[in-house]
Amino acid sequence: MSMVSTGIASTGKASTSKASNEAFFWLLFSAGGVVAAVLVPIQLFLFGLAFPLGWLPQPSYEHLTALLGSVWVRLYLFVVCSLPLFHWAHRFRFTLYDGLQVKHLNEVIFAFCYGGALLGTVVAAYLLWSF
Amino acid sequence: MTDQTLTNPSLTNQGTTDQAVRSEFHPRWYRERVSTWWWLGEWHYLKFILRELTSLSVAWFVVLTLFQLRAFSHGLAAYLRFTDRLESPVMITLNAIAFCFVMFHTITWFNLAPRAMPVRMGGKRVPEFLVAAPNYVLWIAVSAFVGWLLLRTP
Repeated sequence: MSMVSTGIASTGKASTSKASNEAFFWLLFSAGGVVAAVLVPIQLFLFGLAFPLGWLPQPSYEHLTALLGSVWVRLYLFVVCSLPLFHWAHRFRFTLYDGLQVKHLNEVIFAFCYGGALLGTVVAAYLLWSF
Repeated sequence: MTDQTLTNPSLTNQGTTDQAVRSEFHPRWYRERVSTWWWLGEWHYLKFILRELTSLSVAWFVVLTLFQLRAFSHGLAAYLRFTDRLESPVMITLNAIAFCFVMFHTITWFNLAPRAMPVRMGGKRVPEFLVAAPNYVLWIAVSAFVGWLLLRTP
């Protein structure tokens, strides 16, 4: 019986640490979801549609330079780039898990999604603090 | 292993060894294989998958923004090349699709809030649209502010 009880204890411990990791990733997913929901539509609408199609006047390079001179705007852009990527990583991971049922690739998918989000975060930080 | 020992009384009574539990002829549950395209059959499932796919549009937006920042950091000429590229029909189409998906994300995300956090007042549940409403107000206010920052003439 002693063998059995250690077995339970060890699996119990493993599942708790796994669960707390999931909670952390879920928190990032959730925060990214809020940022994506509130901030992405207007920016995508302006830069992706309204400015290129001439519905609204394109902001000048000087105006953007002035805006990006502010630390707050850079911080804002950092958040807009980083958190939604972690939102994507979580959601896309489960889309692949559930949608395609590729259980044997779970580790690869995990590394690809969070690796991508981390890479994007580093690139955003580099771009925003290099000029 | 441990589950079997615990649920099978005959084994626990005898005092278990590995050999007693592991059998060559252990029963396997019959599970029907679900098709990869299970979500195409019904609108609810399709809606779920479409909502899950909105994450791709969110990622697309971030990548686009990173390229925009890179072009910007390379100076005026590089930035103008970038904005010219955004005017191509392919980019307009991609951005229009991405915008629809992102709006779908926004709406489904806001409408989820009252279900994740049901609000009660005086013992009665507050109607869902009233709980979701502040999200929309905040969204419109923030969007207006971002628009104003970009469009105002300094």
